[in-house]
Amino acid sequence: MNADKKAKIVIIGGGPAGLSAAAAANEAGAAAGDILILERDNVLGGILNQCIHNGFGLHTFKEELTGPEYAARFVSTVQERGIPYLLNTIVVDISVDGDGSKVVSAMNRTDGFFTVRADAVILAMGCRERPRGALNIPGYRPAGIYTAGTAQRFVNIEGRMPGHEVVILGSGDIGLIMARRMTLEGAKVKVVAELMPYSGGLKRNIVQCLDDFGIPLKLSHTVTDIRGRERVEAVTIAEVGPDRKPVPGTEETYTCDTLLLSCGLIPENELSSQLGVELSRVTSGPVVNESLETSVPGVFACGNVLHVHDLVDYVSEEAANAGRNAAGYVEGNGSEGKPEEDGTPVQVIAKDGVRYTVPSSIRIGRMNDLQLIRFRVGAVYRDASIAIDFNDTVVRTQKKRILAPGEMEQVILKKEDLQKFEGLKTITIRVDTSEAKKQ
Amino acid sequence: MMDVIVIGAGVTGCAIARELSRRERSILVLERGLDVCEGTSKANSGIVHAGHDAKPGTMKARMNIEGSRMMEALSRELDFPYRRNTSLVIGFNEEDRHTLEELKAQGEVNGVEGLAVISGEEARAKEPKLSAGVTCALFCPTGGIVDPFLLTVAFAENAAVNGAEFRFGTEVTKISGKEGAFTVETADGTAFQAKRIVNAAGVYADVFHNMVSAQHIHITARKGEYLLMDKKTKGFVNATIFQCPTKMGKGVLVTPTCHGNLLIGPTSVDIEDKEGVNTTAEGLADVVEKAGLSAEDLPTRQVITSFAGLRAHEDGGDFIVAEAADCPGFFDAAGIESPGLTSAPAIAKYMAELITEKDKAPEKTGFKAERKGIPCMAEATPEERKALVAENPLYANVICRCELVTEGEIVDAINRPVGATTLDGVKRRVRAGMGRCQAGFCTPKQMDILARETGRDLQDIVKSGSGSQLLDGGKFESTH
Amino acid sequence: MSRITELTCIRCPIGCQITVTQDDDGKVTEIKGNSCPRGYEYAGSEVTNPVRTVTSTVHVEGGVLPVTSVKTKGDIPKGRIFDCMQAINAASVKAPAAIGDVVIRDVCGLGVDVIVTRAVAKA
Repeated sequence: MNADKKAKIVIIGGGPAGLSAAAAANEAGAAAGDILILERDNVLGGILNQCIHNGFGLHTFKEELTGPEYAARFVSTVQERGIPYLLNTIVVDISVDGDGSKVVSAMNRTDGFFTVRADAVILAMGCRERPRGALNIPGYRPAGIYTAGTAQRFVNIEGRMPGHEVVILGSGDIGLIMARRMTLEGAKVKVVAELMPYSGGLKRNIVQCLDDFGIPLKLSHTVTDIRGRERVEAVTIAEVGPDRKPVPGTEETYTCDTLLLSCGLIPENELSSQLGVELSRVTSGPVVNESLETSVPGVFACGNVLHVHDLVDYVSEEAANAGRNAAGYVEGNGSEGKPEEDGTPVQVIAKDGVRYTVPSSIRIGRMNDLQLIRFRVGAVYRDASIAIDFNDTVVRTQKKRILAPGEMEQVILKKEDLQKFEGLKTITIRVDTSEAKKQ
Repeated sequence: MMDVIVIGAGVTGCAIARELSRRERSILVLERGLDVCEGTSKANSGIVHAGHDAKPGTMKARMNIEGSRMMEALSRELDFPYRRNTSLVIGFNEEDRHTLEELKAQGEVNGVEGLAVISGEEARAKEPKLSAGVTCALFCPTGGIVDPFLLTVAFAENAAVNGAEFRFGTEVTKISGKEGAFTVETADGTAFQAKRIVNAAGVYADVFHNMVSAQHIHITARKGEYLLMDKKTKGFVNATIFQCPTKMGKGVLVTPTCHGNLLIGPTSVDIEDKEGVNTTAEGLADVVEKAGLSAEDLPTRQVITSFAGLRAHEDGGDFIVAEAADCPGFFDAAGIESPGLTSAPAIAKYMAELITEKDKAPEKTGFKAERKGIPCMAEATPEERKALVAENPLYANVICRCELVTEGEIVDAINRPVGATTLDGVKRRVRAGMGRCQAGFCTPKQMDILARETGRDLQDIVKSGSGSQLLDGGKFESTH
Repeated sequence: MSRITELTCIRCPIGCQITVTQDDDGKVTEIKGNSCPRGYEYAGSEVTNPVRTVTSTVHVEGGVLPVTSVKTKGDIPKGRIFDCMQAINAASVKAPAAIGDVVIRDVCGLGVDVIVTRAVAKA
């Protein structure tokens, strides 16, 4: 197949993950001109451009930045390094050619419909918000129901208010941030309802976005009805039982003109799935090895397309890793390089309250001296431990005052420990609750 | 003075307007909503029924068979999505088998071709996801699916190209006068004169009929709730799967849509409120439970939206397509419930014949029977994409990424005859915002395009009806 | 008369419920419920002098965007957030604007500037 353009590394997405991956790939030796970032929006920076609140960059820059400021630093780096990018460009397909190279089909107004042949592809498409339909909320379908992110765009980018009397379903961070934002702009946020018995958002956001403004957070509550034929007029909220089903008789109706939804984020893996990348049922993101390489050799994934993060700093860090590994791959150190040195991949298994791990396999020959394993737990645990087993042997336990689904956790493995362990086949990460209280 | 006023721009009203526009007459379509397809026509199963359900000799039977036979040629003439995907009515026991045999016999009397009662194994060979409990099925090779929005839009656009005029946001409040001099008054105080009136007002058809006729009719709104699933479920079933019909309708079905989604529903509940298009927890649970009887492992985790529609059920149980006996010049297309979508082309043809008998209008020279739809980048081949983009670069600017809908297609949807003026109008024409994110990302962009193309402020852009503004003011005076 | 304030610590995900007791002069006399020194420090300053950074948007004249984002360059007293918002909503910037450009100097006399956080090019 003839391609219209060529690149060694094509990065799909010019948000925080894509930008960091590009800079790191260049730093690791890939020539700037051999990298190409394809971005669907008309600017680089992705969703950070509308995240005008602060709290970004504490890990990366040791200072507190707003989303646009954080994005601007990475955009500058990419521009200074002369890494090419195309804006307003949507990727419609990725396929693997007979020789193992990837063909990326894309289009934009200037170049029309075109293909790019690449040795490696980095998936950095981010995630989307779970919409009303997927939540199965009964009622009418009037105007005035938005995901928190859509409302955020209206207010912060367009300077428009989606409404002035607001109910929010879901206590994800974007919902909490928007509760404050709408309040600052003169709206009345009446309540935030959360289906689960705990919030999915960061503690700091609950205090500074809700408590500061006296906005009630109702845990174990959900929306059971939406009224209003043209525009939202009222929303009914009810308590849910342990089965997460509404408890009859607990309904309360709030008059409002807007319902915001902050009920979770879903990695956008339609392209990955078409390409044949194996996806995790838990994260909805690709299954990756220590190099953040997917089941398709030479295709890497990072950021929220891989698994949803809480902190952009971790996205940048992870993406830089993917960028370096992609640069290594195109330099010929890729997975087709010297498989005999890699050995059989060690499987990383999530168990007992740990929902998933990234990565989910490690080739010892390929790993760095230190390997970061990121994961999330499925419930709130107090005074539990994170245990690491090599095969069936407990090799480490780490006490944790608190573990919560809303906070990503990590452990670091040493290469020498893995090398020393005879016949290592599996590494299990689990929550040890023998001394713990589960909430 | 118009020759004909059609009340209602649903699929029936638009099909009739198009048929009427074949002859030299002035036609005005009055619609309460801001777009075509705003009532019953927008929330249904999108099925082209084979025609075995209606009792022989009824108007429903006649219109169904004729409409079903017309649909394929019409889909080429007017360029709307239609697919003969076949259908299966499934049975779980001997009693059901008996019902299926009766349906088959009834269908044969009605003129349905190729019906066959097959075994559970044969049915599962066709549709592997069918429930293990299925013991028999009625196979209908002529069953099909259609995009109900695009069918309606196609009729309306073609009617407009042939001279029919459409007025939206125009609610009829009073009809007076007689044949040759009817006066139709509307909520905004405007009055229109017409020689003849066609009543295609869906669940409100009884209200208008009863304004002019002493022989009252009565229409009950019969609610049906549905769940729609992501295109990832494409291929789950290929045929439309019905259960054995009951007194309240054809039961819950499981069907692919023309665009590769999976649709399950509807419930069937009579309600008092002719505006009651809300879904209910009970209704949606009922759909999932009943659909679960038809197929194994229904992918209910892939639900992207739910909706409810109202069937216009007339007490007599049949379509009323006739001139009112005590009010000459007033023509009803009333009680158009299922199989109304299938029947629309036939109802329109028949209605036009009734009116031509009266007005003897001559055939229009230069009637344009053909209409070309908006190009669909999502389904185009790479070569077609290249060609389209070369013709108009806006076809390369993707606005809705879930459904791959471009700015070019949205601009087309707005600027065509009877173009979209609302967000839902754009969605129905080109599927922008109909995908898995349900317009989370593209709503602001679509609004910008709508505002630009229609010369309105963002503040005035609505979702569907005139009170459905999407925004409530700007932060700053200068941005409103 | 002593004053008792209940607050949730934000220093880590545990979210300790801390009780702070102050005397008539506002002096902190007791902090209970924290489980680490960081929580102790947070609770003390949160009751005596709670501060926040305010982020918002301002109207842009002649830019490629209708609005752009701004922040207070440092923290301001929590009780002055809405005063600050009022000042921000009355302000505007002329395109082009760069990150760090001062939109309001010494907002509400608080000794803190409001600055641009997203660059906007000229239309």
